[in-house]
Amino acid sequence: MTTAPAPAGPAPAPPAPESRRNLAKIRREDVLRAVGAASAAVAATAWLYTQVLPGRGALAFGLTAYALFLVFFMVLISLDEGRIAIQDRMAGVVIHSAAIVLLAALVVVVVFTLARGSEAFKHLNFWTDDMSLAGPLDPLTLGGMAHGAVGTLMMIAFALAISIPLGLACAIFLAEFPSPFARVVRTVVEAMTALPSIICGLFIYATYVLTFGLDKSAFAASLAITIMILPIIVRSADVVLRLVPATLKEASLAVGASRWRTVTRVVLPTARSGLVTAIVLGTARGIGETSPVLLTAGYTTYFNFNPFSGPMVSLPFATFTLVKSSEPSQVARGFGAAAVLMVMVFGLFWVARRLGGGGAGVLSPRGERRARAASARDARRFASRSAALAASRPGYGPAQGRVPAPEFQAGAR
Amino acid sequence: MRYGSYGAGIMVLAIMTAVGLFLAIRGAQAIRVAGGDFLTEQAWEPNSGRFGIAAVLFGTVMIAVIAIAVALPLALGTATYISEYAPTGIKPFLVGVVDLMAAIPSVVYGLWGMYWLEGNLLPVAEWISTHFGWIPIFRVSRFDPQDPLATPTVFTASAFLAGLVVAMMVAPIACSVMREVFAQAPVGEREGALALGASKWGMIRSVVYPFGRGGIIGGAMLGLGRALGETIAVYLVISPVFVINWEILSTGTNSVSSLIALHYGEASNFELSGLMAAGLVLFAVTMAVNFGAGIIIQRSRSGASS
Repeated sequence: MTTAPAPAGPAPAPPAPESRRNLAKIRREDVLRAVGAASAAVAATAWLYTQVLPGRGALAFGLTAYALFLVFFMVLISLDEGRIAIQDRMAGVVIHSAAIVLLAALVVVVVFTLARGSEAFKHLNFWTDDMSLAGPLDPLTLGGMAHGAVGTLMMIAFALAISIPLGLACAIFLAEFPSPFARVVRTVVEAMTALPSIICGLFIYATYVLTFGLDKSAFAASLAITIMILPIIVRSADVVLRLVPATLKEASLAVGASRWRTVTRVVLPTARSGLVTAIVLGTARGIGETSPVLLTAGYTTYFNFNPFSGPMVSLPFATFTLVKSSEPSQVARGFGAAAVLMVMVFGLFWVARRLGGGGAGVLSPRGERRARAASARDARRFASRSAALAASRPGYGPAQGRVPAPEFQAGAR
Repeated sequence: MRYGSYGAGIMVLAIMTAVGLFLAIRGAQAIRVAGGDFLTEQAWEPNSGRFGIAAVLFGTVMIAVIAIAVALPLALGTATYISEYAPTGIKPFLVGVVDLMAAIPSVVYGLWGMYWLEGNLLPVAEWISTHFGWIPIFRVSRFDPQDPLATPTVFTASAFLAGLVVAMMVAPIACSVMREVFAQAPVGEREGALALGASKWGMIRSVVYPFGRGGIIGGAMLGLGRALGETIAVYLVISPVFVINWEILSTGTNSVSSLIALHYGEASNFELSGLMAAGLVLFAVTMAVNFGAGIIIQRSRSGASS
């Protein structure tokens, strides 16, 4: 903990943990070889495609060029290096290209969705209207997806209202009160993280809708989402809570705090950022999942503000329904909804990274400033108290001129 | 307090067991009628009593296997890159990007597969089947490479396409498990290998990969578990068939979760139990895979918690 007071007197410094040195470096020859091999590969593929093999498609071109690039690169290295260096450089190139392919695929997915979606979401009515007035043949200047956004927010709000208290309480039970029964619960929760999301929907559909005869509604959908995200939240919150140092809990119990006070005043604040991350990541999963909603919410083109009756649509479900249409404007609306959904998930993700950067007990810069200010206040209070004591009782208190040095204040590192 | 959290534990346990038991009881009804045929019958006509999950389960496993075959090298390469090759400055950024990729909704991947990848994949599939058609799984019997008028539409909506889309979804999940394990490989052993004259790749191969073996296998299996249960992205790109189709490049495949998504709406009460039984089998498979992954990760030397 950074807020613990620094030990008085010069303690022997603990050996610093070994840190990894970064050995990544770029050699000039390798860059030259790679550029040479790449240009040769592109040229050779272009020649092959126009003269020898009439191939088709950009992806096939890229694959051929890449294979040729590997061959040329190997030949270039083998001109001046031995077998071990060839293996090393080839492995480096293959690993770099795997990373580039994965990141490029991500960029393509994001940019493609945003680009196709921008057709729809650049119109203001997309953000404010529902689809009640817009038929499938109407242009994009009519109708919008606001009802989907309302539905998404309402469903996730209900799902979180159930799963946050239940999930956190269950995680506290697992982490703070270990018992054979807790182990059973933990095993079952871990098993349920494997539950395919469509089965959550199927379960609610078969019980809530068919057996109890209630409407398909936003509440049914949020129950399905709850079943899906509850194990995720419990599991990651449990992991975070178990990371809270045992010394902190023992210190709290040793000064006479009850179990309950230890949990609320020590464990939860210490693990706060991790718990928030667990919840936000569960939310991101729940917001983006279509299949539980598909079975339980019912499709509609109208605003519906009543979560307990009548169908209500969410953004991923609307996307799913609209893109199956053969009408270009409907497809564009579907892409628009997907783009908005994706931006929502990115926003949540960004929040999670901001809140939960560190592990248990690691403070954000602002939290650190706050802790430092609090301990400075304490230090001033102690100083004024002992000064008052010294004034009232001569011979008591610190020697003249000894005021708490700033670096003594807790929180400074 | 104590009782409150006990209560929450009991309640979560109750909900989870209720879901499991409900599935098992309703599913058992259908399995009793179908008997042993449930695992071997390919057709899905529950109302005439002829139904089984052979075709859908085969399709599910096939798509997941293709996905893992593609995702494993990508994830391994990316994890190695982030942990070993990337400049220190951009490492946190890359970690964030990969985690972000894992959070993208599946319907977005489905859209991408349906509208972008399918068109771009046709020539590749055609090329593979023309030149590697002698390998049985790449053969497409309805496509004759000698025929200049042969249509490439036999390559649409294939298991290969679905597998690629799912691969993009599971690669980040596998990658983040692997990266965490690689980062824990002991510095002393790394530098020892380098000091003995190993090249960088030699060091990775002899220190990092053996150390992280549990993480590699466990990460791949976690990805496999996710791939088996994926619904929407698969549903959007496949065209469902109820036969076992070994030709991964040709049109037509199926998966358990898209079967449920496709049929729940007009299902009779009995067909619904059939769907539950199918879901139960899928759940059992994913659970086995996930538990296997957990055990492998825990038993490995790195012992990373996932």
